[in-house]
Amino acid sequence: MAFTAMVGARIRRREDPRLITGRATYTDDVRLVGTVYAAFVRSPYAHAKIRSVDLGPALAHPAVVAAYSGHDLHHAHGLKTSLPVAHKMPDLLTPPHYLLAFDEVRVVGEAVAIVIAKTQYAARDAAELVEVAYDELPVVVDPLLAMVGPPYVHESLGTNVAFRMPLRAGDPDRAFAEADEIIKQRIVNQRLAPVPIEPRSMISSWDEGMQQLTLYSATQIPHLLRTQLSIVLGLPENHIRTIAPEVGGGFGAKLNVYAEEAVIGWASMQLERPVKYVETRSECFQAMIHGRDQVDDLEIACTKDGTITGLRLRIVGNLGAYHQLLTPVVPTLTLLMALGCYRIANLDAEVVGVFTNTMSTDAYRGAGRPEATFFIERAIDMVAQRLGLDPVEVRRKNFIASTSFPHTMPTGLTYDSGDYETTMDKALKIVDYAGLRARQAALRKEGRYLGIGLSTYVEVCGMGPSAAMAAGGWDSATIRIEPTGSITVLTGISPHGQGQETTFAQIVADELGVPIDHVSIIHGDTDKVQYGIGTFGSRGTAVGGAALKLAIETIQAKAITIAAHQWEANPDDLEYREGKIGVKGDPSKSMTTAEAGFLAFMGDHLPPGLEPGLDATRRFEPPNFVFPFGTHVCVVEVDARTGEVKVEKYLAVDDCGPLINPMIVEGQVHGGIAQGMAQALFEEVVYDERGQLITGTLMDYAIPHAEQLPHFQLDHTVTPTTVNPLGIKGVGEAGTIGSTPAVVNAVIDALAPFGVVHIDMPLRPEKLWSAMHGASNGVTR
Amino acid sequence: MIPVAFDYVRATSVDDAVRLLREHGDDAKLLAGGHSLIPMMKLRLATPATLIDISGIPQLNTVAVNGGRITIGALTTHAALAASDALRASAPVLWDAANQLGDPQVRNRGTIGGASAHGDPAADYPAALLALDATFTIAGAGGERQIGAGDFFRGMFETALASTDVLTAIAFDAAPASAYVKFHHPASHYAVVGAAAVLTMNGGTIGAARIALSGIGDAAFRAGSVESALTQVDTADSAAVRAACAGAAAGSEARSDTFASGAYRAAMADVFAARAVALAAGRTKTRR
Ligand SMILES: Cc1cc2nc3c(=O)[nH]c(=O)nc-3n(C[C@H](O)[C@H](O)[C@H](O)COP(=O)(O)OP(=O)(O)OC[C@H]3O[C@@H](n4cnc5c(N)ncnc54)[C@H](O)[C@@H]3O)c2cc1C
Repeated sequence: MAFTAMVGARIRRREDPRLITGRATYTDDVRLVGTVYAAFVRSPYAHAKIRSVDLGPALAHPAVVAAYSGHDLHHAHGLKTSLPVAHKMPDLLTPPHYLLAFDEVRVVGEAVAIVIAKTQYAARDAAELVEVAYDELPVVVDPLLAMVGPPYVHESLGTNVAFRMPLRAGDPDRAFAEADEIIKQRIVNQRLAPVPIEPRSMISSWDEGMQQLTLYSATQIPHLLRTQLSIVLGLPENHIRTIAPEVGGGFGAKLNVYAEEAVIGWASMQLERPVKYVETRSECFQAMIHGRDQVDDLEIACTKDGTITGLRLRIVGNLGAYHQLLTPVVPTLTLLMALGCYRIANLDAEVVGVFTNTMSTDAYRGAGRPEATFFIERAIDMVAQRLGLDPVEVRRKNFIASTSFPHTMPTGLTYDSGDYETTMDKALKIVDYAGLRARQAALRKEGRYLGIGLSTYVEVCGMGPSAAMAAGGWDSATIRIEPTGSITVLTGISPHGQGQETTFAQIVADELGVPIDHVSIIHGDTDKVQYGIGTFGSRGTAVGGAALKLAIETIQAKAITIAAHQWEANPDDLEYREGKIGVKGDPSKSMTTAEAGFLAFMGDHLPPGLEPGLDATRRFEPPNFVFPFGTHVCVVEVDARTGEVKVEKYLAVDDCGPLINPMIVEGQVHGGIAQGMAQALFEEVVYDERGQLITGTLMDYAIPHAEQLPHFQLDHTVTPTTVNPLGIKGVGEAGTIGSTPAVVNAVIDALAPFGVVHIDMPLRPEKLWSAMHGASNGVTR
Repeated sequence: MIPVAFDYVRATSVDDAVRLLREHGDDAKLLAGGHSLIPMMKLRLATPATLIDISGIPQLNTVAVNGGRITIGALTTHAALAASDALRASAPVLWDAANQLGDPQVRNRGTIGGASAHGDPAADYPAALLALDATFTIAGAGGERQIGAGDFFRGMFETALASTDVLTAIAFDAAPASAYVKFHHPASHYAVVGAAAVLTMNGGTIGAARIALSGIGDAAFRAGSVESALTQVDTADSAAVRAACAGAAAGSEARSDTFASGAYRAAMADVFAARAVALAAGRTKTRR
């Protein structure tokens, strides 16, 4: 970029004042006249036939306006009753996923009826009056048991295996035959709940005169949601407006099309009244998608010097009872990133997607990549431990060299750019790795257990080339120069915490030479903004920002044409310099974008044939994903008497290319580390064998609290990508992906004197205490 | 998170509260800080027909130190206790518990009376109040009566309070050599194990000890065997303190949940009891 006053600066987020002072409008803040309120009746059973649903007692409640059962919806005119799944997998089994269950329920919390009343209190009371008779069916929650079922979650399929995807590269059999050492390990990547502060929230209204549906929803994908609603509701897409107002956390859980969104939309059409639904926290735990939940079986072949020669891998992904939007795709991403940042030529792998009587898993911050990074980073440490080598040296030995990018992996992906060793060396220097090891040795003599853990991650994001995506991988931007010179940007992404109202304004301010306050960034309303794909997969800036950059270029080119006409100059002799139009080699003359925009608006001083107005819409189709990377170092001390983990130090050296706003990047990394650390130490969704959710409240499910987290020390290296014109990579998920293995590696390192090789997450104190007291259950030695 | 409908009345005095409880019968509940009752109502685990709000009753939110006797009004908030220098000096075991309870919002609303009356097995105060051998003053249908801590905490969500009783005050003797330490549950922040120690010291050795534990069984309890094992122990000898604290949970059936098994809870009872003793013993030294 030519002029960098704003780009690169630590500008405070423009979003924050309204958020901090309670003036932001979330979906639940949207008040529409005549609104009625919905409550869903949900299954208490993990698997059961529905014998009958009696809405009568609820309908008799004086405040109830309407109630519908699954049966009512199944027979509703024009309504497509199954929810979409976006995938490009030819052999995927896709059992129907009804908006409301009408014949059978397959997971606790599945909605079977909706009750709509004049107040949310009455709706909730009346929902309890609905009488549903169930006949319980056998339940399976463990994917390893489900794989070899019965019982079957969908009886008619005759299997719980939704898909198998093998991947072989090189000559794995030979690699294993010739290996000096083979390490086998099962690694469970536990199920997590996303727990956004704002639960799923929606309000729909129907204008009968205009035949127009408006749905406000806490979503990451307003346009894709509109498309899917159009298909499900049988309404023309241009008669639907979806709006994502302020969204209070998504983490992938709002990258979906939920049954509730379609049912609320449909109900508002039936009643010709706005219908609002805000789920309770308990419902959020039950019926919002979950993340992770894989059983990964690894075999690593290596030579004595620490060279990893082969990987055998079986990934069993617990899909839950139904496909949500991207359910089957997530474990396939694990497969694609299974080799991390290492030169491992021989791979024999398979992903198996399995249905169970649990909530659907889907994209949760990192979506498939944290699982891969976790097992490959654990594998590196296991190799080091087995061979008596330093984990740093094993990494160094196996890294893809910085000189070999772009680098095509045996998995088929081509990593764009990278320099893994530089990042690692920078991190080691900052933490004084040798000093830490010396301290560890000294403390061990005192019976204190310090652990040092590394994670050298690479991840795939900036989703993505359309060819690799189920529904478009591009994104869009419109720039309008308004007559008075202010600039309106309409972006196709849908930020909900990522700060693009600030970072995009920084880019525009520099490139088009306006004060940042003159730029406004509009998003999240399908009636205002041209089609866009949305915000997920760390794509907002890498794809949406790249589209913005293209639109800037179009604006600049037209502005130059206008200025050239005004100055009777050749456009080729003009250029944008420090945000203004000038003559090459002549600093005396300049025209602002606003001036060019005003001329374009007046229309009477334009070159012949040039259309009035100064605006542009551009779309960016990324030629590849981007692959940010970094090194995280975690230092912990494990209390030998209790097994409690104290995180003493945490350093992240990340590389996401050039930083538009370092403060926002740091914020993304902070949140990511917090969530990744929480997976390592605290979080786990637990269903019992009958499919009852045991961790269904915040009293049981441990999201991280500020006081449980250490100071995060951050640094970075800058390795640009050529995939997009900004040279940047995504950073929304990197912190989550990099941190979990760093923490676990540190804890296992602390327990090395006890011969511990692996313990599954979360590393609750009891597990560690037991491991230190000789337990064999749940501990690999 | 929407409770069922309920009626709401305000009590103007303790007598008024007792009268209202009798009038509304078993379907009524007292409301103090609301930080145990309202969450249960929102989950529809509690469905009282009437809430009798006692939070406005005057004179029940005081901490009085009278000679060596401390009396705390039932409506005193956790935050008030956590900020009380008098309490810190005279009974740090309770001050510790107040400071480690919940988060600032909870401490600002919740009361010691409500926390005691609720009878939560993982609550912090019961251990401290047992170790202090506190006396509970209760106003009820038959007038006022007093009950010792040992008889007050009966079981899971079960106390000596009858349905028409109002707890008005909690009193105990000063115990400067005392401490409460806690193993926080990472989600709820309630006590996985909470250990309270009140010591009478003879120089560096323990003359008498009262040790109580919370979080482990259905109700907080005194660890009698540990108390006798601790007498005459030199607190500078940390191995001896630990040995004396072994088997602290022996008198209780330790609960298991997704976070901690019974066996682990019991093992942690020993560890935290010893830590509480060490902290309490340390406090005598600095004070002399
Ligand atoms: C997020 C959160 C975290 C918490 N963490 C902890 C923790 O770490 N440790 C801990 O110990 N507690 C914890 N608590 C509970 C907290 O201490 C509550 O404030 C306390 O248990 C109840 O006090 P209250 O005044 O709010 O009582 P309320 O909720 O108003 O009442 C609780 C019960 O006691 C009865 N009651 C109240 N006052 C009296 C009285 N004077 N006489 C007779 N009956 C009465 C009520 O009828 C009701 O049955 C937590 C609570 C929350 C919400």
